[in-house]
Amino acid sequence: MPEMTYLQAISDGLRQEMRRDERVFVMGEDVGVYGGAFKVTVGFLEEFGPWRVIDAPLSEIAIAGSATGAALMGLRPVAELQFADFVSCAWDHLVTVAAKQYYRAGTPVPLVLRLPSGGGFSGGPFHSQSPESSFTHIPGLKIVCPATPRDAKGLLATAVEDPNPVLYFEHKHLYRRIKADVPEERYTVPFGKARVHHAGDDVTVVTWGAMVYTAAEAAGELRGEGISVEILDLRTLQPWDKQAVLESVAKTSKLLILHEDTRTSGFGAEIAAQVAEDAFEHLDAPIKRVAAPDTPIPFSPPLEKAFIPQVDDVASALRELVAY
Amino acid sequence: MVAQTHIEVVMPQMGVSVSEGTIVKWLKSEGEATKADEPLLEISTDKVDTEVPSPADGILDRIVKLEGETVPVGTTIALITPTDAAAGKSGLLPEPASAASSAGTQAAAVSVPNGPGGGRTFVSPVVARIAAEQSVDLSLVPGSGRGGRVTKKDLLDHIERTVSAAAETESQPQAAPAPGARSQPSSAPHFETPGERQERETPGERYERMSQMRLGIAEHMRRSLDTAAHATTVFEVDMSRVVEIRTRLKPEYLGTHGVRLTYLSFVARATVEALRNWPWLNGEVRGEEVVTRGFVNLSIAVALDESKGLIVPVIRNAEGLNLLGIARAIQDLSERARAKRLIPDEVQGGTFTITNPGGYGSIIGTPIINQPQVAILDVEALVKRPVVISDANGADAIAVRPMMNLCLSFDHRLIDGAYAVQFMAELRANLQNWNEERY
Repeated sequence: MPEMTYLQAISDGLRQEMRRDERVFVMGEDVGVYGGAFKVTVGFLEEFGPWRVIDAPLSEIAIAGSATGAALMGLRPVAELQFADFVSCAWDHLVTVAAKQYYRAGTPVPLVLRLPSGGGFSGGPFHSQSPESSFTHIPGLKIVCPATPRDAKGLLATAVEDPNPVLYFEHKHLYRRIKADVPEERYTVPFGKARVHHAGDDVTVVTWGAMVYTAAEAAGELRGEGISVEILDLRTLQPWDKQAVLESVAKTSKLLILHEDTRTSGFGAEIAAQVAEDAFEHLDAPIKRVAAPDTPIPFSPPLEKAFIPQVDDVASALRELVAY
Repeated sequence: MVAQTHIEVVMPQMGVSVSEGTIVKWLKSEGEATKADEPLLEISTDKVDTEVPSPADGILDRIVKLEGETVPVGTTIALITPTDAAAGKSGLLPEPASAASSAGTQAAAVSVPNGPGGGRTFVSPVVARIAAEQSVDLSLVPGSGRGGRVTKKDLLDHIERTVSAAAETESQPQAAPAPGARSQPSSAPHFETPGERQERETPGERYERMSQMRLGIAEHMRRSLDTAAHATTVFEVDMSRVVEIRTRLKPEYLGTHGVRLTYLSFVARATVEALRNWPWLNGEVRGEEVVTRGFVNLSIAVALDESKGLIVPVIRNAEGLNLLGIARAIQDLSERARAKRLIPDEVQGGTFTITNPGGYGSIIGTPIINQPQVAILDVEALVKRPVVISDANGADAIAVRPMMNLCLSFDHRLIDGAYAVQFMAELRANLQNWNEERY
């Protein structure tokens, strides 16, 4: 089984989908000749030609709109936005058209929109956001947030197969930092199934994306103190694995929700509400959230560090929960 | 601090098969004066809860074991400075001043963590639920959470401790091990997710966790049926003579002795008498041997509140008690059983059981034997019935008589039918021809 970075796994999965199914094509700013802003589609133009690897104008609404139209006509577009931050430009097409088309007209919109998201490298307020929570509020969209190379590839295959519009949030900070063995052959990872990143008994952390690794480091610190932390990686937020979260909470009775996005109306609020509704009688402490403060993301490295939840923040929140 | 100046309070031996006890509540605090035999603390074993009296007059100098702790029998749980020693009248040489004063300061310095809950009464949802399901009194659980809060872990540890203590005590061999493995009460409660719960629930159904006593009874009843070859025989007894004697003696018993004279007392007395001649019914099967005894420890089944629970206290050496003695013992044990003030030895070591559903109007029953005994007598309701009697001339006539059915379940492994019914015939004769001189 070859070792791949998170980025290579996405690239490998995408190439496999294009080889497997002629309807699959990519489009986006600089995805062709340049190979993509982060080089996910390097070599794609050479292999699949300009009809299936399309450089788009600098307009997210054009990309989302064309992808929606192509999907309506039976193709399987995998469109790329250079940064997830600019998805706001495409909001109307995604929310008003793509998400509601099947409900309104019965025509499926099998598009995948790749959205490089997340901070940690001083990208500032326009190139560091994690806007996945906003879209979980829109019925008709599916939201995918892989944390591992293996999931990145398998979830991309599932996204391409899915008949609904799928927003695929790939975390930029994981691109070249995270490496793991990834199967060469094609496989899929189901939506709505969480992954136990680390099993434990005393407290549960529910998270996704890059924060999985922050949680894991904190759990490693706490292990030395005799505290056993269970980390659930949700992998997809829409649908999300309520059952896995409820079962873990039933076991540990203490829940920390960790996300990189800002706190208010972040997806953690939804998880907390659901657990309070369905697992109230299993709770032994208040549900706790660790998330970014409600501000734009600062450029300054020390400020960005203060903004994005760090290992120490998670560890001290976990200690508080355990001591409660 | 030297040994002579203190009296050690130890976890008492509450019964032969009880190996440990849990401290429920200290009734005195450190530095408080106590009198000999005054209740000092409450303890709990798997069988009963009870108070431990102070062994001497003095000052409770130091509490060594805190509320919620479970310790083996004989463990020192507190130190008392007797009054005479404290007053320097012990006859011993006075201790060097430093040592003597250190006793006091040390005692004062012992930090007693906040009592259960530490005054903080917050109970988390999961703790509230588990405590309700398992019928746990949270004030008995030491809390390790913030401000002394009882955490889920504290509660589960407490439950596990009490369950394993109970299992350990129960598994002390009294009889040959029953065939078929005993089901241990599960120590780790299963947690359902709401989804699972919904799938399981049918509208109109309600779920409720069994109490430890209920689980114990369930296990005991099943084990008895798996052990003994149950057979039941029923005898009708004409209670005319007993009714007449009881009516006569009742006011005297109550007025002079404060004892209620019940029909059960007559049956119990007559049973003890009949068992003399039929010793196997007062015996036990132990492996391939039969154990018989020169004494009768009579178990009396007592229903608890709301008929949800049962405890079977034992009248020891019932063969030495006359009617008054037996009536008094039954009254005392049943009252204390309902008040939960029995000590463990009082619910162990029975050799023959009497159960008394007749009080509720039952007229026939097939009781389950109380292991490791081999028989149980069921006392049914006293009812007036038309019966055929023969007069002095041998002529038959129908008369109204107070009749009572006695049902005996016996273990046919040891007791044959002929043996059982001859015992019952003798018991009936004892009752029908009640001999006031003898009983």
